[in-house]
Amino acid sequence: MRLQLSPEDQKFREEMREFFTTQIPERIRSKVIARQELSKEEMVESQQILNAAGLAVPGWPLEWGGKDWSQLQRHIWHEEMQLAGVPQPLAFNASMVGPVIANFASQELKERFLAKTANLDIWWAQGFSEPDAGSDLASLRTTAVREGDEYVVNGQKTWTTLGQYGDWIFMLVRTDPAAPKKQQGISFLLIDMTTPGVTVRPIELIDGGFEVNEVFFDNVRVPVGNLVGEENAGWTYAKFLLGNERVGIAQVGASQRHLATAKEIAKERGVLDRFASRIVSLESELLALETTALRVAAHSDGGKPHPASSVLKIKGSVLIQAVSELLMDIEGPAATTSWNSRVFLNNRKVSIFGGSNEVQRTIIAGTILGL
Amino acid sequence: MEFTIDTEQQSLVQAVRGLVGKTYDSSEARRAVTKAEPGFAAWDQLAEMGVLSLPFEATAAEVSLAAEELGRVIAPDPFVESIVLAGGLINSVGTDEQKSELVDAIAEGQTLPVLAWLEPNRGWSAQAVSVTYSDGKLNGVKSTVVQADRADLLVVSAAVDGGTGLFLVTDGYATETERTHDGSRAATVTFSDTPAVALGDGGDALAALEHALNLARIAYAHEALGAMAVALDITVGYLKTRKQFGVTLNKFQALTFRAADMYVELELARSAITWATIVAADEGSTPEDVAAAASHAALQVARAGRHIALDAIQLHGGIGMTAEYSVGHYASRILAIGQMIGDETFHLDRLAARIDDHTVLDPIG
Repeated sequence: MRLQLSPEDQKFREEMREFFTTQIPERIRSKVIARQELSKEEMVESQQILNAAGLAVPGWPLEWGGKDWSQLQRHIWHEEMQLAGVPQPLAFNASMVGPVIANFASQELKERFLAKTANLDIWWAQGFSEPDAGSDLASLRTTAVREGDEYVVNGQKTWTTLGQYGDWIFMLVRTDPAAPKKQQGISFLLIDMTTPGVTVRPIELIDGGFEVNEVFFDNVRVPVGNLVGEENAGWTYAKFLLGNERVGIAQVGASQRHLATAKEIAKERGVLDRFASRIVSLESELLALETTALRVAAHSDGGKPHPASSVLKIKGSVLIQAVSELLMDIEGPAATTSWNSRVFLNNRKVSIFGGSNEVQRTIIAGTILGL
Repeated sequence: MEFTIDTEQQSLVQAVRGLVGKTYDSSEARRAVTKAEPGFAAWDQLAEMGVLSLPFEATAAEVSLAAEELGRVIAPDPFVESIVLAGGLINSVGTDEQKSELVDAIAEGQTLPVLAWLEPNRGWSAQAVSVTYSDGKLNGVKSTVVQADRADLLVVSAAVDGGTGLFLVTDGYATETERTHDGSRAATVTFSDTPAVALGDGGDALAALEHALNLARIAYAHEALGAMAVALDITVGYLKTRKQFGVTLNKFQALTFRAADMYVELELARSAITWATIVAADEGSTPEDVAAAASHAALQVARAGRHIALDAIQLHGGIGMTAEYSVGHYASRILAIGQMIGDETFHLDRLAARIDDHTVLDPIG
């Protein structure tokens, strides 16, 4: 299989592989490979090792710890992390709020937050979705009313992933209810989750886990200095952030690794023959997806993201789901009590979050096909 | 790592596109050509332009680029069957004398060879069973043999002691030809004491035959890819212009979502099929690498090809069913290619046989 990397990229790949497989503790990586849930401490430990080596936030501006890597190198970094079972840097910090602060916030906020964000000294939660604003995010209703040098925030956020660990939350709030378009009255605000009036309530999911939360805001007073960029310009920053969110969402490396695990388990249980055709079928689709990701990465430098990134989101999520379905099926009746069936159920989320696959189809039809 | 093509390759694409675009400038023109004998019309110009020499002189990349252009107009000329496959085998297995006698003549369009390898009811097995060779004679039946009637030369696989040999035949066989659904011609060929000359040493050539078939599968996949891309274009154009219930069809989300899914499949197919060509063009690839790559490419034709071909018809509605409209021709050609290169089950079985070769299948070597 010879899709050749340049000698420099090949060397880069080997360095990444070497680092990830030797510097991140085996006890953490083996948990990831077994698809078990990590504790907050383990995620922090792993990210801090990455950050110490300058590998936690390569996409950030250079002065804040970023790397001057090509898109392809970022892709390789990402894939190798997944293949090695290294937990990825917390997305809320590394690919969401960090780049927004670095690109749009005041110097004061940058100095106050960026280093701690990269090092996961602060655990960020995302306060975007609301009960009546999911894919239609601009319909959000949580308000921030300015009183002197404070905003008073009232409302409810939901689907706040790992919000139970959150130290701070980055929020989209409505600051101008009278704006002519609903997108124009939104601001991007940073809130300390220990502020009086903030309540977090975990939501139990169909897999029995608690990874998302509702967050309530009852007259929460926030210094105006915590506003990112301009008041009422939050939608622009949110779109920037959501663009970053989609990068790497295909999780090809993780799916490849889980499929390799499936092969091993099927062999151990003596059912490889029954599942061989399904395994190679998924391998073939992952090959097509990984090659597509490489095409996208190779063509993204210096420009906008390749429009085909929606292809990665749709197919990537479908394949994550298919691989977890395979792992569940290999177990047969035993799956009813196993971790694998819970992961299968949990993975229903991947075609919903980050812009549901139906939203991605709308993007493809409109932006790419011109329909 | 390169997914873009260089300027020389770009000119090749432009030249082939210009040429076949003139010969088959509409669905009607193609239909008229396939109704007459022998059913294709660009052969001499393809020879003149040097396209027929590509498998002998260039890499798999150039062969694939040409094939993709032929696919874009669903040219009925048997480039893959005759040149990549039969010509490729003569070039790889033939004696020096056979090569000097035949390869240039094939590249110049003077000799049109076809490979007779498929046997009735034996799927896509490359092992010859029903046709046998002994004492300079062939006996048995081959089917399906594309363009056997038009061919000047048959390359025939036949059972020999210790395997499958390859033989050249010019005369002394009977053909029963039928139109294929995509406008080509295919024959059942019966050999009875038909005089045959060994291609190369006449010993077991199964490995060479398999390798040639795999290279042909990759080229065929590019033909299908070209056809898939155009089938989607035609469909998108139709959705933007055709009105129902007082609005154009693209106002109906159910239809635009189906078009979006066709696009997803097309891009993934493009990736896997292009990757297969990269493997085939790389001198470091083993025949096993090429076989696996060909199976991955063929799977895309089986899946994405069918998906795109059939949804293209569905999204057109009734007009998609008519021979007077182009999209059905595209669907028909994509399906025919899929049947020639092996179906999903065949290729999944081939890949499953090698399931232990790797832990993670990684497209980068």
